[in-house]
Amino acid sequence: MSIDHIASLIFGRLDWNALPFHEPILVATFAVVVLGGLTTLALITRYKLWGYLWTEWFTTVDHKKIGIMYMILGLVMFLRGFADAIMMRLQQAMAFGGAEGYLNAHHYDQIFTAHGVIMIFFVAMPLITGLMNYLVPLQIGARDVSFPFLNNFSFWMTTAGAVLVMASLFIGEFARTGWLAYPPLSGIGYSPGVGVDYYIWALQIAGVGTTLSGINLIATIVKMRAPGMGLMKMPVFTWTSLCANVLIVASFPVLTAVLALLTADRYIGTNFFTNDFGGNPMMYVNLIWIWGHPEVYILILPLFGVFSEVTSTFSGKKLFGYTSMVYATVVITILSYLVWLHHFFTMGSGASVNSFFGITTMIISIPTGAKLFNWLFTMYRGRIRFELPMMWTVAFMLTFVIGGMTGVMLAVPPADFVLHNSLFLIAHFHNVIIAGVLFGLFAAINFWWPKAFGFKLDKTWGLVSFWCWVVGFWVAFAPLYVLGFMGVTRRMRVFDDPSYQIWFIIAAFGAAIIAVGILAMLIQFAVSIINRDKLRDETGDPWHGRTLEWSTSSPPPNYNFAKTPIIHDSDAWWDMKTRGYERPVDGYKPIHMPANTGAGVILAGLSTVMGFALIWYMWWLAALSFFALIAYAIFHTFNYKRDYYIPAETVQATEDAHTKALAAAAAKG
Amino acid sequence: MSHAASLNPDYVDEAGRPIYHPVEEPHHPEGHSTMLGFWIYLMSDCLIFAMLFAVYAVIGANYAAGPAPKDLFDLPLVALNTSMLLLSSITYGFAMLAMVKNRTAQMQIWLAITGVFGLCFLGIELYEFAHLIHLGATPQRSGFLSAFFVLVGTHGLHVTFGCIWLVTLMIQVWRKGLIPANKRRLMCLSLFWHFLDVIWIGVFTFVYLFGMLR
Repeated sequence: MSIDHIASLIFGRLDWNALPFHEPILVATFAVVVLGGLTTLALITRYKLWGYLWTEWFTTVDHKKIGIMYMILGLVMFLRGFADAIMMRLQQAMAFGGAEGYLNAHHYDQIFTAHGVIMIFFVAMPLITGLMNYLVPLQIGARDVSFPFLNNFSFWMTTAGAVLVMASLFIGEFARTGWLAYPPLSGIGYSPGVGVDYYIWALQIAGVGTTLSGINLIATIVKMRAPGMGLMKMPVFTWTSLCANVLIVASFPVLTAVLALLTADRYIGTNFFTNDFGGNPMMYVNLIWIWGHPEVYILILPLFGVFSEVTSTFSGKKLFGYTSMVYATVVITILSYLVWLHHFFTMGSGASVNSFFGITTMIISIPTGAKLFNWLFTMYRGRIRFELPMMWTVAFMLTFVIGGMTGVMLAVPPADFVLHNSLFLIAHFHNVIIAGVLFGLFAAINFWWPKAFGFKLDKTWGLVSFWCWVVGFWVAFAPLYVLGFMGVTRRMRVFDDPSYQIWFIIAAFGAAIIAVGILAMLIQFAVSIINRDKLRDETGDPWHGRTLEWSTSSPPPNYNFAKTPIIHDSDAWWDMKTRGYERPVDGYKPIHMPANTGAGVILAGLSTVMGFALIWYMWWLAALSFFALIAYAIFHTFNYKRDYYIPAETVQATEDAHTKALAAAAAKG
Repeated sequence: MSHAASLNPDYVDEAGRPIYHPVEEPHHPEGHSTMLGFWIYLMSDCLIFAMLFAVYAVIGANYAAGPAPKDLFDLPLVALNTSMLLLSSITYGFAMLAMVKNRTAQMQIWLAITGVFGLCFLGIELYEFAHLIHLGATPQRSGFLSAFFVLVGTHGLHVTFGCIWLVTLMIQVWRKGLIPANKRRLMCLSLFWHFLDVIWIGVFTFVYLFGMLR
């Protein structure tokens, strides 16, 4: 047995060549990441924060803290995803007339794949899951979610997926297939490296977290609403969250299954998606879009909820057409399953099939249009306050409508045959995802930040960020519509026709404006944290809010509500305020709460190791970590003591502090 | 507009004013939503099987000049296997009846019998797989065999985990008795076990019976 043979038994495919010493860009990035990481670790050690982080955050089962951790994960990954975006813009603005640009094909193809995967799975998904986690229990008057441990576990599984994607940057490579990894390109024949395997295992592990968190939030909304809150009295955000989570549970298993089949093709040589031996690559494309189309509604629906809450709060009015809003949401939920084929009209399924999917796609614009009119009529004759969340909402309405209309254009099969896979498509989906999902998240962050941390965000830097983003978005993506009409296809690294270049340069300039917007947002966070005493809100209700989360202190105590509220109206807190509700100040009882556990971290850690071992063919390590995973999961079920009581005195003391703060705030006027 | 909302008639006092906090806190005992959550999980799992059935429907007749179901399937053996799983569902039902009457020992015996049936099912399935592979009908041979092995194998993996779970629960009942948490877990496994039975009926019908007709 040679040394090489022994090494391959232990390390599988992993050797020194997996480290990207030959890529200067990656070496520099790696150096920065290592330095930054070591500095962070050193600072945590220096200030002895490990114990605090472990007991208060990593092992927490408090839905609010888990929500905040999801948001942090999403924002950090957003920086990575945006770095990919700006590298692509730069490359495409440079590589003309024989110039190769600064990225080789191997690197460039990984970047566009990583950009899509990261932005959808590790930015948008954690951000909306975090938002739903934080808000849903507060909005329905509950003290936690139905399965608090599962919630912690879900978060760490999502993080484990993100860790694997980040690891691929420095150890080996990421997929070079585009974000949905279509076979046969993603098959073992054309992608023999570890890239697609990183893709598969990162998504599978994160997908477990997403599915479980979907189940958790559905059960929470169905089972844990405060007395009096019938379904048609739920806040609109809770409604849209319910629908989004139904979509998660009803679509992520499809992704799990289709990726498992791709895994079988790659690892054991089955013939599901191969070109020979009876495989069918187009089956993969169908299956993955049966997940993929609902996925875009998973992303946008909760933000529709955010816009509803923001519009009615800052217009000082009850939401116009609550009932139609709920039905529109439900109709979108159902229709989102009947449109998947519009992603590949060019497959050749014939006129009848294409017409069916074209028409169902166009029909979705009806409930969506109903929503827009509801928001407009809510604003109509309202007393509108142009605070940051409202500004993001208005920018959303103006921008999203354009994206929606180009979507209807793409829904026309003959038009799609021309525009398919062109930059017009890229412009369209960025138009709806950035203007819908990201602007919605920014509205949400500005709106609920004071709830989570007890102080508002700085408005000046918020405005800088807002204008850079909105202007930057149009400068970056309007040229892509133009280029799409000129026939430029997506994912190109170099171009021959020099007449395209000016548009790519404008687009790159737009990306730079967006970069300033992102920077301004980071400065906004920093400035606000530094000036937190000036920006502090003691009332817990800085915007004159309408739903239950604004009835608690900011940040809310870990039990959320000392006494469970009774709901008479969909705008429960507004109803309480207008009817002269008086907050009870004594008579508290001990509160039953779930206990923290480290099991989520450990299980997700073992999953990461298992994923890494499978990617690199370290079979012994894969088997070992798999058995450890099962054994630890079983061991965890032997722990029956998972709850504790907060004594009535502690509740009293916490509530007294809030009473005092409220009185002081009232005295200040 | 602000007072347009009517009060919830269940929560007003004698004077008709709204009540905003219940006298007794609503109680959410541990595990109050477990059955609902587990049902939702089962439905998500069902979707995975739905996908695998769909894949079998699409490529299940792509033999790639290799063997077809008629050349491979041994219906008497599959019938025997099916009976193992169906019997295990019945005995799990008996275990649940014993649990309701708090007869721990009786329940444990029925659970053990269930587990033995489950293992018999797995043993016969593994024998069948080994036999097919011996004949050269491997998962790599054709789209049909890929779809067959993965659909049937995924079901088999579920039964395997069900058996591990069954043993775990027997130990937990042995150590802690029939406390509410354990009863809840046994109910979940019961749902899981019968669910796998239902899936198997689909496999038996669509893969084996229809396969012999093709």
